[in-house]
Amino acid sequence: MDHKGTKLIHKYLRHDKKFPHVWCPGCGNGIVLGALIRAIDKLGLKKDDVVMVSGIGCSGRMPVYVDFNTLHTTHGRALTFATGIKLVRPHLHVMVVMGDGDATAIGGNHFIHAARRNIDLTAIIVNNQIYGMTGGQHSPTTPYGCKATTAMYGHIEHAFSISELAVTAGASFVARGSVYHAQMLDGMLEKAILKKGFSVVEVMSNCHVQFGRRNQMGDPVTMMKRLKDHAVRIEKAKTMEPGELEGKFTIGILADVDKPVYTEEYEKIREGAKR
Amino acid sequence: MSKKKSANRYFLQGNEAVVEGALTAGCTFFAGYPITPASEISEILSERLPQVGGTFIQMEDEIASMGAIIGASLAGAKSMTATSGPGFSLMQENLGFACIAEVPCVIVNVMRGGPSTGLPTNPAQGDVMQARWGTHGDHPIVVLATSTVQDSFELTIKAFNFAEKYRTPVVLLSDEVVAHTRETVELPPREEIHIIDRIAPSMPPEWYIPFEDNSRGVPPMAAFGDGYRYHVTGLVHDVRGFPTQRPDEIEAFMKRLFRKITQGFNEIQMTKDFMIDDAKVAVIAYGSVARSAKRAVLDARDRGVKAGLLQLVTLFPFPRMKVEEVLRQCRAVLVPELNMGQISREVSRVNQGKCQVRKLNRLDGGLITPEQIMYELLKI
Repeated sequence: MDHKGTKLIHKYLRHDKKFPHVWCPGCGNGIVLGALIRAIDKLGLKKDDVVMVSGIGCSGRMPVYVDFNTLHTTHGRALTFATGIKLVRPHLHVMVVMGDGDATAIGGNHFIHAARRNIDLTAIIVNNQIYGMTGGQHSPTTPYGCKATTAMYGHIEHAFSISELAVTAGASFVARGSVYHAQMLDGMLEKAILKKGFSVVEVMSNCHVQFGRRNQMGDPVTMMKRLKDHAVRIEKAKTMEPGELEGKFTIGILADVDKPVYTEEYEKIREGAKR
Repeated sequence: MSKKKSANRYFLQGNEAVVEGALTAGCTFFAGYPITPASEISEILSERLPQVGGTFIQMEDEIASMGAIIGASLAGAKSMTATSGPGFSLMQENLGFACIAEVPCVIVNVMRGGPSTGLPTNPAQGDVMQARWGTHGDHPIVVLATSTVQDSFELTIKAFNFAEKYRTPVVLLSDEVVAHTRETVELPPREEIHIIDRIAPSMPPEWYIPFEDNSRGVPPMAAFGDGYRYHVTGLVHDVRGFPTQRPDEIEAFMKRLFRKITQGFNEIQMTKDFMIDDAKVAVIAYGSVARSAKRAVLDARDRGVKAGLLQLVTLFPFPRMKVEEVLRQCRAVLVPELNMGQISREVSRVNQGKCQVRKLNRLDGGLITPEQIMYELLKI
């Protein structure tokens, strides 16, 4: 099909898929998917070589719409399935889309171990600080004091910082962006896909329906502005006092290190074992 | 492999035979988590798989192990994991995924005493119903039970063959005694062993409808990366793999899942019989207990009782036809088990008053002995 004159995304959407999609109007998931597609297109990856894996949640529905090898797994387990695929076919570009609850609550163990192993996967975590699909329950990234349908008196737990967790767990590449900073996100995803090793891109997103509404954060546009106002570039954050960063989040590349990649190391084991 | 005796004869333990069976069947991917009494399977495969270009990985838990073997299978590998009761429970979530997404894979459960941490180094048969109904939702599944080291080799191959042919997870139940007993086994030459591989799509990608029904009820399966870009999901899906809420599509899909196994009943439901032709009383047994039962049948015959043995090799789909034949023929059957009667309930279910069904249960961590079975046979 000739895609000239149509949006880039049409080249990658599944035309036989039953639309409309499941996301609410104003949701950040579409921006993440758009950025991912732009990154894949810019890198010129063959569709046949791209595997998109997801867990459960709003972001988990992302793969079904796009024309790659796509796998919608169980809640929190996407990285384990992706591990199996990558080890059997290391030449495939395996991208794993998860939400904050998916990746760091039920899938927290898999997340830190995938990072520690340094398997060459690209993990994209859409962090909207809430369980959206199931109706607004608090997640591991719901800020202290916020309201959720399972924290009606205010949340008394403390939030994970997903990116810092990934750095500590040993990921080769870690970046945090937001759905407001869409162009920046394109670049981050490109770098993450190219990176040999486990890479994580945490995308701060808005869920005005399940999170914003209950916490008086306004409509999607207001929430997007909020993302803009609360984002601080990592370079700038280094010059700021810790108190000034209260309630804000940093954006940029948190880690970019080179270390042995699991699949390449395993290939060496195979060579040695065959002798 | 140790202590080679002659050309094809080896002195192996059950867990080692599982490894040999898996490699013979073409297994190239194993993911597992350490657990007694199944760990030898992981240990040996970690050494053997890279030698044949395969992959071994020790995952962070059994949930992850099951996820990894499903991913590997979707990428085209024959994959397996091995565990014991508590680990098997953790696998149940993703086992359901393998059922609904029709991903071939083999799960070996070396049963130990339970529930919970239970008796890690003792044999038991408490996971029979966990194997059948452990995962959520209504689903068909294939469950085999090994009773000897030779069986462990042959049934592991069968497990892979059924998994590939029917696109289904297959559970192989072993137990601590079979896993750790060393026996002489004969491994037939490779060319004499029938190996089945999944059917790949023969049509061009644009014609491929990944979950379309056919006469076998088993659609051809493309691997990720082969050019057939399709969607795999744990949601109930239509023929193209996309989630559906339409009752007509849901029903057609669920019925096909069951039908594909039902259509294979003749080959899947395996039993072995021993001196059953003229038997008036019979033992119906499986796993390590079938070993004791065989001896008990001989001893009972020495004492003038016309005893026989029906060994269930396939536990599910329950080999109802063969069991019914025995129930019609005998005046009484004895179902000895290392649990409180998980298969005896199945036997009673199909019995419907034809015959007297007796149980013999042992839960103290020991094996049911031939004497115990013979004594019961003399009483009935």
